[in-house]
Amino acid sequence: MASAFWCIVEDDRAGRPKKVTGEVLGEAARLARQLGGQAEAVWLTDKATDEGLKQLAEWGAARVWLLENPALAPYRGEVWTPALAELATQHGVQAIFGAVTARQRELLARLAARIGVGLSADSVAFSLQDGKLVATRPVYAGKLLSKVTWSKPPWLATLRPNVFRLEDPKTGATPQVERPAVAIPQGTMTLAERKEEASTGLPELAEADIVVSGGRGMKGPENFAILEELAKVVGAAVGASRAAVDAGWRPHRFQIGQTGRTISPKLYLGFGISGAIQHLAGMRTSKIIVAVNKDPEAPIFKVADFGIVGDLFEVAPLLTQEFKRLLEK
Amino acid sequence: MKILVPVKQVPDTATQVKIGADPKGIDTAGITWIVSPYDEYALEEALRIKEKQGQGEVVAVTVGPERAKEALRSCLAMGADRALHLSDPAWENADSLTVARALAAVIKQEAPPLVLFGRQAIDDDMGAMPAQVADLLGWPCASWIMEETISEDGKSVRAGRQVEGALEIFTIPLPCVLSAQKGLNEPRYPTLKGIMGAKKKEIKDVKAADLGLAADGAQLLVVALEALPPRPPGRIIPGEPAEAVKELVRSLREDAKAI
Amino acid sequence: MQIELSEEQQMIQALAREFAEKEVKPVAALLDAEARFPHETVKRMGELGLMGIAVPEAYGGSGADTVAYVLALEEIAKACASHAVIMSVNNSLYCDPVLKYGTDEQRKKFLAPFASGQQIGCFALTEPQAGSDATNQHTLAVRDGDGYVLNGRKVFVTNGREAAVALVFAQTDPAKAHRGISAFLIERGTPGFLVPKVEDKLGIRASDTAEFVFEECRVRAANRLGEEGMGFKIAMGTLDGGRIGIAAQALGIAAGAFDLSVAYAKERKSFGVPIAQHQMVQWMLADMATAIEAARLLIWRAAALKDAGRPFGPEASMAKLFASEMAMKATTDAIQVHGGYGYIKEYQVERYFRDAKITQIYEGTSQIQKLIIARHVLGAR
Repeated sequence: MASAFWCIVEDDRAGRPKKVTGEVLGEAARLARQLGGQAEAVWLTDKATDEGLKQLAEWGAARVWLLENPALAPYRGEVWTPALAELATQHGVQAIFGAVTARQRELLARLAARIGVGLSADSVAFSLQDGKLVATRPVYAGKLLSKVTWSKPPWLATLRPNVFRLEDPKTGATPQVERPAVAIPQGTMTLAERKEEASTGLPELAEADIVVSGGRGMKGPENFAILEELAKVVGAAVGASRAAVDAGWRPHRFQIGQTGRTISPKLYLGFGISGAIQHLAGMRTSKIIVAVNKDPEAPIFKVADFGIVGDLFEVAPLLTQEFKRLLEK
Repeated sequence: MKILVPVKQVPDTATQVKIGADPKGIDTAGITWIVSPYDEYALEEALRIKEKQGQGEVVAVTVGPERAKEALRSCLAMGADRALHLSDPAWENADSLTVARALAAVIKQEAPPLVLFGRQAIDDDMGAMPAQVADLLGWPCASWIMEETISEDGKSVRAGRQVEGALEIFTIPLPCVLSAQKGLNEPRYPTLKGIMGAKKKEIKDVKAADLGLAADGAQLLVVALEALPPRPPGRIIPGEPAEAVKELVRSLREDAKAI
Repeated sequence: MQIELSEEQQMIQALAREFAEKEVKPVAALLDAEARFPHETVKRMGELGLMGIAVPEAYGGSGADTVAYVLALEEIAKACASHAVIMSVNNSLYCDPVLKYGTDEQRKKFLAPFASGQQIGCFALTEPQAGSDATNQHTLAVRDGDGYVLNGRKVFVTNGREAAVALVFAQTDPAKAHRGISAFLIERGTPGFLVPKVEDKLGIRASDTAEFVFEECRVRAANRLGEEGMGFKIAMGTLDGGRIGIAAQALGIAAGAFDLSVAYAKERKSFGVPIAQHQMVQWMLADMATAIEAARLLIWRAAALKDAGRPFGPEASMAKLFASEMAMKATTDAIQVHGGYGYIKEYQVERYFRDAKITQIYEGTSQIQKLIIARHVLGAR
């Protein structure tokens, strides 16, 4: 199908697509419309659910390509890539989009190598110029933006979570499900163990709408409890600066910045973070930035929408109370 | 066991990068170049495997201009045994896929059972290289690993890859590709002895023709680099903490509609 | 003329910078406050090869040169002058003479573990009555069978408490005055070798400065470094090299204080603008930058002469005189740039000021350096 934009489904490993897939479908649909095409979902899973398929249709997938096979779980690039490549080659698609997640960032890279096309990883914006896709992606950890285009389709890209809008839901839409016959290789790597991280009860850093983050000013690991308290009230994830991670106060998976995660939440609140260039790189695309720091000269105030110059150990608990009061209303 | 570690020379993380006269690239004047930090985790892990096994060879490889030799020299100083410098006009301004093809070709020649990458180079932040090379070689790959152990018989590796909310530990037959995440280890400093010994180690120049590669065009083209759009000026909320916090929450709610 | 560091020298400089920045700087203020010897970081410096930089690999060293040594020393001193002096004494005042004057057997026993940093050494020349006038040695070493018996006192011995071996100078033939001085390598724990006191100091507080007492202390003839009567020559030759090290330490102290000053001047505002925009502050910074660069070139030249095997004594004295006087001035100005905050411990610059002072005193005071330089220019050597 000409001008089909395929979107790889990211699911919760239990048959339900994640919200980021809605964002990817939303952007794909907007772009495809301009070319007279449509957005379609491609779901590789060991087990899909009916409500999952329905969800994809509501998010705007005009069609769902469903590859359902036990060998597809857990994700293994060596298994998914050939299957997806075969399907894509059969159908001559215009673009294949994925989300920036652990599996899809690897999958799309492998797929690009296999079919010999370009990949724009970690894209934050798209436009069509003379019928050709141009992607914008942060480089140098977000210190600059790079505009890239493809020498030929399909255009492969991964999209950063929390950046793209969902389409208005097509409530009640029924999915048009295709179950193509594609060879699924068995793969050579085998899952030995899956160690779940101790759940903080808070959202995942990359997907959270609100992120609360602490730096050197936290003075010690025990004080992050103050931020977790605040995070619980507003449903935020808790992140940390490199200084706090390198000091051993937080595990690396919570690091925001050049050698950690890049995040774009709706609201970012930084406490005791000076705003080293490496950290700013990881959060400056947040929609609203709030900074609390004792030092009025801290560079983070230069990117902050709102700043409070003060002691975080005083300000953070007050903020927790104030949010609590607001949300109880 | 022979382990190949591809590295990339990148600007130091503290660099204030500026767009160059040709807006497709950066202004490289005055930049301090370093080995991309994730690649140091990969190299450290390779050195530890070699030390644990009491034998083997660690080969650093890079694709880059003449100055990239410094990065290889750093790897040799850290303990790599030799280095390969892939340098050819064909690879100037190459996209990921072109570089991946070059690396895959040199890996085929070297035939190591293990290739250890850093999860991404911190310049273009594409993070595609390990997976692309794995696919071109037809090898399995585990990305963003936090731990690894080579099996006693040297035929497989147990590697834990970081995914959202979990660590997935796989048994992977060799040869395979792994990419290192921060936290895998703490890279060593080179020693002075290592630095002094590095010049005695071999850095072999490799051209595209040596790998039987023709110059094929880039698949992903950079149109231009752009500065970030400036953020609107912010507001410092004055007053006593209690008042300031009240005003902040009101602003977030009513003005910014962020909550 | 070319002033270009080799690739190895640049890498050693970068390594020392990164190590100093990440591991030394964060602990410097606390160590100073507690006057605590930095065992952990000194051990790490040994592992990296910073404790025997110019010693050949065959003797446990790094096989680099004096230029690499001063580059590394400047970086360490930028973060902490105490670490720098510990490193300087081990490299210049201990390893260097043992390498130069030791027998092969002595090098194996008294050099390899020290050049590799497993142990540290020290240099004991100064006596209560003999500082600048080092010819006036009262410590006696009397020949007795196959050894010597030492009696006397040494003061201000850097690394004295921590050192496993001390290079000690003593009079073996008082009739010959300074031509009767000999050098001995004396192990800690040798009966009669006592360390009664560690000094409480103004600066370089994380390094230890000890007093030694020798009471009927027996050492074997095999522990004598060089021939009998060569001690004074060994001491003076060693101090020539040491002065390059102290000059590099002074340079690092000044450069560290300068970096703090530049950062502060850009941040601190007065009369509505950062103080860096005030001409009077700019002048101070410009003077500091120029003096630092001048000292660096003097030091590099003295080090390069030493590496080339050419005479370097007067150049080392000039480097040490200029760098230490410069460091005192630069750190004084650095406090001035910081204003009242410069006087407060939290801002660290006062530590650089306190540390700078000793560089005008030890391994030959500024006055002694002038004497050496004057003798050289007047041809009176």
